[in-house]
Amino acid sequence: MAEFTLPANSKVGTGTTYKAPAGAKRVKSFKIYRWSPDDGQNPHLDTYEIDLDQCGPMVLDALIKIKNEVDTTLTFRRSCREGICGSCSMNIDGTNTLACLKSIDECKGDVKIYPLPHMPVIKDLVPDLTQIYAQYHSVKPWLETDTTPPPDSERSQSVAEREKLDGLWECILCFCCTTSCPSYWWSGERYLGPAVLLQAYRWIADSRDEKTGERLDALEDPFRLYRCHTIMNCTKTCPKGLNPAKAIAEIKKLMVERR
Amino acid sequence: MTPVQRPLSPHLGIYKPQLTTVLSITHRATGIALSVGAVFLVWWLVALAYGPQSFAVPRAFFQSWIGVVFLLGWTFSLFFHLCNGIRHLFWDAGKGFDLKTTYASGWTVVAASVVLTAALWVFALGKGGF
Repeated sequence: MAEFTLPANSKVGTGTTYKAPAGAKRVKSFKIYRWSPDDGQNPHLDTYEIDLDQCGPMVLDALIKIKNEVDTTLTFRRSCREGICGSCSMNIDGTNTLACLKSIDECKGDVKIYPLPHMPVIKDLVPDLTQIYAQYHSVKPWLETDTTPPPDSERSQSVAEREKLDGLWECILCFCCTTSCPSYWWSGERYLGPAVLLQAYRWIADSRDEKTGERLDALEDPFRLYRCHTIMNCTKTCPKGLNPAKAIAEIKKLMVERR
Repeated sequence: MTPVQRPLSPHLGIYKPQLTTVLSITHRATGIALSVGAVFLVWWLVALAYGPQSFAVPRAFFQSWIGVVFLLGWTFSLFFHLCNGIRHLFWDAGKGFDLKTTYASGWTVVAASVVLTAALWVFALGKGGF
């Protein structure tokens, strides 16, 4: 059931302001969501003033600078810093994206940074993805076959068959899309969400997979698939420029076509 | 050890309004408005069937300022729901999903429903009102 307000323990208060060093010319404020499991306090927003002349161009550069030089307790996920690992997904300036691909200059005014929306928080900007990973596991994201492959080669695909996977295989599972979806906010425990459904379609569309029927059976459910109302926030926010809404529409079409 | 009560990260309150979300929720709201409007339409028809005396009641209501506001809302709701419904039909056919088309079709729906509502009211008032 949709709850539009935050529970009492999740309301966000105001926190500390860390001033920019004296003499800084290009100062930008970063307002960052903080929550620690250790002190029993509500979440709050800390403000960090950063001298952009001493900072890299991306929001992730600023986060790393803050952690290195201002406040070592700031906690966030990051790895590749080039948009391929999907670790640093978070809500920046009101929309979900990867901190490493979001340039600071794109943000007008203060840069507001929150964890991915409507998720349980482990600490600061780190959301608990356990449920989403379990949902991902439930669509069996691997090749399922009845036949054995040819003894002397791989299962082959034509160029045209392979092209059907373009726009699907590039997904890095950052879950920006899933956590931007109001339908997932309100029904996330039963609706699979755009990222997982795009992955489901990635295997449905694979010419080598032999369990298409079973895959569609598993999705034919009022919640798992049909909570998608084509809101399109997923496609709007995807930092890789993919189109989860289109993938979901293709699944819905297949459901109708096989009747 | 007591289990940690994890907070829920902010959602609706911090997500920047997107054209995608706004049109989606408007589609739903106009659908609800039209359902309520259908009840009023039945009231109007039943009163009409009963004759001039009973018809005077809905007639007076729809000539009051609140009635006019309701009618304006319903006509806009009708055209918005109709235009956006056509947009949804294209989506159901798997078409128009790229972002550029989604935004173009979204703004077209907004413009078309405003223009159609205005046109209907100009036409109706031109016929001498209600």
